[in-house]
Order: sequence, then structure tokens, then C-alpha cells
Amino acid sequence: MLPFHFQVVAALIFAIGALGVMLRRNMIVMFMSIELMLNAANLSLVAFSREIGNDQGQILAFIVMVVAAVEVAVGLAIIISLVRNRDTVNIEDTSQMKW
Amino acid sequence: MTEHENTALRWIPLLPLIAAALSGAWLVFGRRALPRVAVIALACGAPIASFAIAVVQVFKLALETALPPDAPYYSDNLYTWISAGDFHAELAFLLDPLSAVMVLVVTGVGSLIHIYSVGYMDDDHREDRGFQRFFAYLNLFTFSMLMLILGDNLLVMFVGWEGVGVCSYLLIGFWYLDDANAAAGQKAFVVNRIGDFGFLLGIFLLFWSFAQAGLPTVEFREMSANVGLLAERTVALPGWLSFLPGFPTWGLLTLACLCLFVGACGKSAQIPLYVWLPDAMAGPTPVSALIHAATMVTAGVYMVCRMSFAYSLAPGAQATVAWTGALTAFFAATIGLAQTDIKKVLAYSTVSQLGYMFLAAGVAAYSAAIFHVMTHAFFKALLFLGAGSVILGMHHQQDITKMGGLRRRMPVTWATFLVGVIAIAGVPPFSGFFSKDEILLAANQAHAIPGHQALWAIGMATAFLTAFYMFRLYFLVWSGESRADHHTQASIHESGKWVLVPLCVLALFSVIGGFFGLPDAYGDLFGVQRSNSLHHFLQPVVHSAEHEISHATEFRLAALTTCVGLAGIALATVMYFWRRDLAAKLAAAIRPLYALVRDKYRIDELYDAAIVRPLRALSSSLLSRGVDQGLIDGLAVNGTAKLVRASADGALKYLQSGFAQSYLVAMLLGGVLLVAWLVRGS
Repeated sequence: MLPFHFQVVAALIFAIGALGVMLRRNMIVMFMSIELMLNAANLSLVAFSREIGNDQGQILAFIVMVVAAVEVAVGLAIIISLVRNRDTVNIEDTSQMKW
Repeated sequence: MTEHENTALRWIPLLPLIAAALSGAWLVFGRRALPRVAVIALACGAPIASFAIAVVQVFKLALETALPPDAPYYSDNLYTWISAGDFHAELAFLLDPLSAVMVLVVTGVGSLIHIYSVGYMDDDHREDRGFQRFFAYLNLFTFSMLMLILGDNLLVMFVGWEGVGVCSYLLIGFWYLDDANAAAGQKAFVVNRIGDFGFLLGIFLLFWSFAQAGLPTVEFREMSANVGLLAERTVALPGWLSFLPGFPTWGLLTLACLCLFVGACGKSAQIPLYVWLPDAMAGPTPVSALIHAATMVTAGVYMVCRMSFAYSLAPGAQATVAWTGALTAFFAATIGLAQTDIKKVLAYSTVSQLGYMFLAAGVAAYSAAIFHVMTHAFFKALLFLGAGSVILGMHHQQDITKMGGLRRRMPVTWATFLVGVIAIAGVPPFSGFFSKDEILLAANQAHAIPGHQALWAIGMATAFLTAFYMFRLYFLVWSGESRADHHTQASIHESGKWVLVPLCVLALFSVIGGFFGLPDAYGDLFGVQRSNSLHHFLQPVVHSAEHEISHATEFRLAALTTCVGLAGIALATVMYFWRRDLAAKLAAAIRPLYALVRDKYRIDELYDAAIVRPLRALSSSLLSRGVDQGLIDGLAVNGTAKLVRASADGALKYLQSGFAQSYLVAMLLGGVLLVAWLVRGS
């Protein structure tokens, strides 16, 4: 398979993730969409790394995974406290911090 | 180390500054006031120590054989203040015969006034530690005055010049809780600002023209030696000045000297800038004595004498100085005739005597001007301090129509006051006679000045008026029946030692002060060579005009002056001692004229209508309402605030929707645009 194919798949996955973040109201689902985008980036990194024959991209992918795991830990904690306080996971119900 | 260097000079101004700084710092940072003993020791000790140093140094100056006898001087260079290209101004002090005389007068008379102030200000137990504050100001003033005198260039002189201006403002408005006093301080300050503007212009003009001639300097000795460079230079006047004599070009030095003289007019209260001095009597009486008799008001005379090398090449400026002085002398003397406030009489007398000094300087009799500065410092300080003693004894009553018959109640003050009055009236051999006579003689012989005979006549008339109004003051205060109310009469008392000792010392000097400048004609009578020691002492520095005149003429003129003075005294005796009803009758007979004189020719009202009110109107309408409230407050400050608020209200706040997803869209869009921009070329 050509690197191009990997990039097309990665772009598709990224677009699906981006759309999910923008359009869905459920915070859990938005979170999963963010994971999709991160994984799309990982796929792209790994594909380029293999094509060029340089390991740096692989290492970057690991770093992204670690950051993603940390982000999930923090993000889930926020979501849980939100659910406890307001009994909702709808992102539109949390729009008080405005003028 | 040249023979001219003398590091002792710096301590003369520095000691009062240190005392003022210590006292002032304690005032600001200390929890409570210094004990009075400490304040007195610090405040009086500093000028007395300065005086001691000054005496030693002046004697060294006069007797040192290593110095050239035709131009002796000491200098003390602290450091280079300004250094730019080939121009440099030092912070340096200069002790030559001219500054020597002034420094002795200022520190000597100043010390006496400091001592006197201890007695005068004793009852000041105000919340703001007035006693200590007063002495801090007084020391600061002494420091500024000494800077003015000892500065060896125009810049250092200007520092002192401005310093005495600030201190006079502080001291005149010392009792600031009274609005009138604060206003008097402001008036002195503002009027002096006008003069200072002229003075600054003069300094700039001189510096600029010396720089043009290839010698950028403001140092007196250097300017004096090279003034010939400027002698022939002229400046073109602008067209709207075509009414002036000598148009279209003026001598550069004439213009510079006129500018400097504007400054002197402000500081030394000459027409038309004299109006601040009578009001300045609002300050405590020692302040009146120090500032308005001995030191600050003579700064203008000193400056003109210091710049005599320039004035001697600018006859137009000299004539202006002489005429301004003579007219001021006469004008102020007429106002003095009808004043009823004891200090106001003395104030107008000061203005008048300063006019004499400028008359002398204008006819190039600089040593006579300095001589009169000296004798005037003695007898006018004496009179002011005597008036202060009277005011203390009368419980702050200053109206001479409510005094009278104080002679038996305050004998020491009476005796010294009488000495002062005789001295100023010009009775020989008291000090005022010799200095005044020398001025009148010089005016009589000043053939270079247009109308010098008229100047002399005005001077004689002024001498008559001076003798008259001073003895009017004397009789109204000291003789006859007391006109005070019974309550005050019962408690009139003689002042304490702090007050009386300085009075006696000043009285002594008022009597013998004239012998420092005994004219050579008198010396010849007793076989004393060069008896006019002051004149010969000053001759190397000031370019006084020499006039050949026979001793017979000199004695004839002196006799005439004496007669005129005695006539004034006689008239005052008739009107205010023998026939007391005459004065009132005369006043009633010439009521409109009398009222005009009593109201000081309504000059203050004229200034008020012509300058103050239009300025106020302009300020309140255009500057305050238009520029300040309209432009600055309205457009700049509030306008900015309104703009920010409106833009936030109208549009910006809607960006903060609180919907996380709209932020995400913005982020994504931004990211896309950023990437697009980064890859646009490739």
C-alpha cells in the first residue's frame, strides 16, 4: 500500500472526529471523537515514519498516546464532577461563563 | 592646587543646607518635634558658623599676598555639573570682593535674624510643629541665598535665584491657614516667575552669543574677560517693535542686559513688578526682615553689579536701569506717605530704597549700590525687627493709627528704632546718609545717562519723602498718647532678650556702617588715604564709573542732601508731633489725591482688571471648560472609556457565548487557516 492510502484513511478518520466534536452534544461522545482525531494523527505519523525509515515518528506516536491517556483522565474527572453537580452530559447545558 | 583654590568656601552654603535637611527630615520622618533647644542650636548654629567661616575667608582674601591685589579671588570647584562638547558648567563657588561683601551681610544679618526669630516665634505652638518648620525654611532660604551669591557662573546663581523664590513662597505663606497669607505667597511666587522668565532669556542670550563667538561659557570671570567679543554685535528686532528707539537693530548686550534686568525687577520689586513685596508682609516679621530687607530683594542689585562688565557696554540698558530705579524710588515713597500698617510702610520704603540701589547701578556707581545694599540691610533689618518687637508688644496689632506713646513701655525697642529711622532718613553721620549721598552724587555726575539731572532731582525728592514718612511712622508709633484700647494698653510689654540683642547689634551697625564707605573727600579732611575702603575693595570686580569732582562740590551736594532730609524730618515733626490736627486737615483738603495714594494708586486693581481677570476668564472658559473638561476629560479620558464600553457592548461580548462547541469551531478554523498559510507556497 502506498503512503497516500494511509493518509487518506487518516484524513477521513480525522474529519469524522472533528465533525463529531463539533456536532455532537454528548460530552462522552465528543471525547471519543477527540480520541479519533488523535489516532488519525498517530496513523499519519507512523505511516510517514515507516516510509522515511526514521523512528522519530513512532516515538512521537507514543508520546501522543501518553498525552491522550492523561487528557482522558483529566477530562473524565471533569465530566464526572459535572454529572454529579448538574446531572447532565450535554455540552450546551454548561454555557454559564459568558457575558 | 593653585593659589585661588579654597575648599572652605563650600561650607558656607552647605552648613545651612545640612541644618535645613536634618530639621526637615526630622519633621517628615520623626514621630514628634525635636526639642526646642535642639531646633534652636541647629537653626542658629548653622548660619553663625557660616558667618564665622565667611569672616575668616574674607579677611584672608583681603590680606593674602599670594593673590594679585588688582583682582583677588578664591574659587572652590566641587564638580563639573554639565559637560557637553566644549561647554562645561561647574558647580563652583567664587569669593571675590563683591561676593565677599554680600556674603558677610547675608550671613551676618541673617544670623541676627535667626536669633531674633527664636524670640519672635516662641509663642508658635501649632499642630504642624510650626517652630521647627519655620527654622527649616529659614535655613533653606539662607542656603539658597548663599548659592546665589557665591555661584561662580550664571547657572549656579540661577539655582540660588530659584531657591530663594521657593523659600520666599514657603515663608511668606508660612501661616497658611489664613487664605490671605497663602495668597500673598502665591503672588510673590507668580510675579517672580515673570521676572525669572526674563532672567532666563538673558542667560540664554548671553550663552548663545558667547557660543556664537566661539567661547561657550556662563562663568562670570570668563565672560567678564571676553565681553569684548560681543561689544559690536547687534540683533535685528522684529517689525512690531518698531516704536523702540534704535530700531531696527539693537546691541546684543543691551538686549541681554534688559532681559536680565527684567529678572532683577521681579526679585528686587521694581516697577512694574513691585506689587508682590507689600503683600509679602503677610509672613512672620523675621521673614520680612530677612527676605525683604537684607537678602532676597537685593539679589537683583547684586546680579546687575555682578554683570557690570556687560552693563558698562550697554548704555541703553544702563539708562533703563537708572530710570526704572529712580521712578520706583519716588513712586514707592509717595505710597509710603499714607500707609497705616507698620509693616506696609516699611515695605514701600524697601521698594523705594531698592530703587535707589538700581539708580546707583544704572549710573555705573556699582560700589555705591553695594554700599547701600549693605547699610540698608543694617537699618532696614533693624526697622523690621523693631516693628516685629512692637507687634509682639501690641499683641499682633499692626495698625499705627492704634498705637502711640509706646516709648516708655518699650524703651530698648524705641531707642533702636529711632536709630534706624534716623539712619534711613539720611542724617549724618548715620550709615544711610553716606550710601544715599554717594548714590545721589553719582547720579548728579552721570553725564552719560540722558536726563541725569532729573534723576538726581528725583533722588533728592525721594530723600525728602523718605525722611518725612519714616518720621511720620516714628511719631505715630512712639510719641503722644496711646490710641490702643484699654485691654491692649494694659498688657503692652517690652520683648525678651532674644529679640533685643539682635536689635542692639543692628542699631550699632546702623550707626557705624557708613564708615566702611566714607567718601575720599571726608578722608582727606582727616588725612586718611583711600578712606572709601569699600569702593577700593570692590573696584577690581565692578566697573564703577570714576568721576572727577572737586571736594567743594561734593560737600555742597552732601550739605544739600542733609538739608533735604532734615526738612523732611522737620515737616513730619510739625505735622505729627506739634500740630497733630494738621495731617487730618491736609488729608481732607486734598481728599481725592490722598485717597489715591492711600489706595496705592490702585495699581493692584489695575493689574487685576487688565491681567488677572482676563486670564481668569480665558482660563475658565477656554482652558478649563474647553481644553480640560472638553478635550482632555471629554475626548481623551472619558472618550476612550466610552469607546471601549461601546465596542464591548455592541459586538465583542457576543463572542463569549459560553458554548464550548463554538469555541472549538473557531479553534479548528483557526488551525486550518494557519496550516493553509504555512503551506501556501509549497
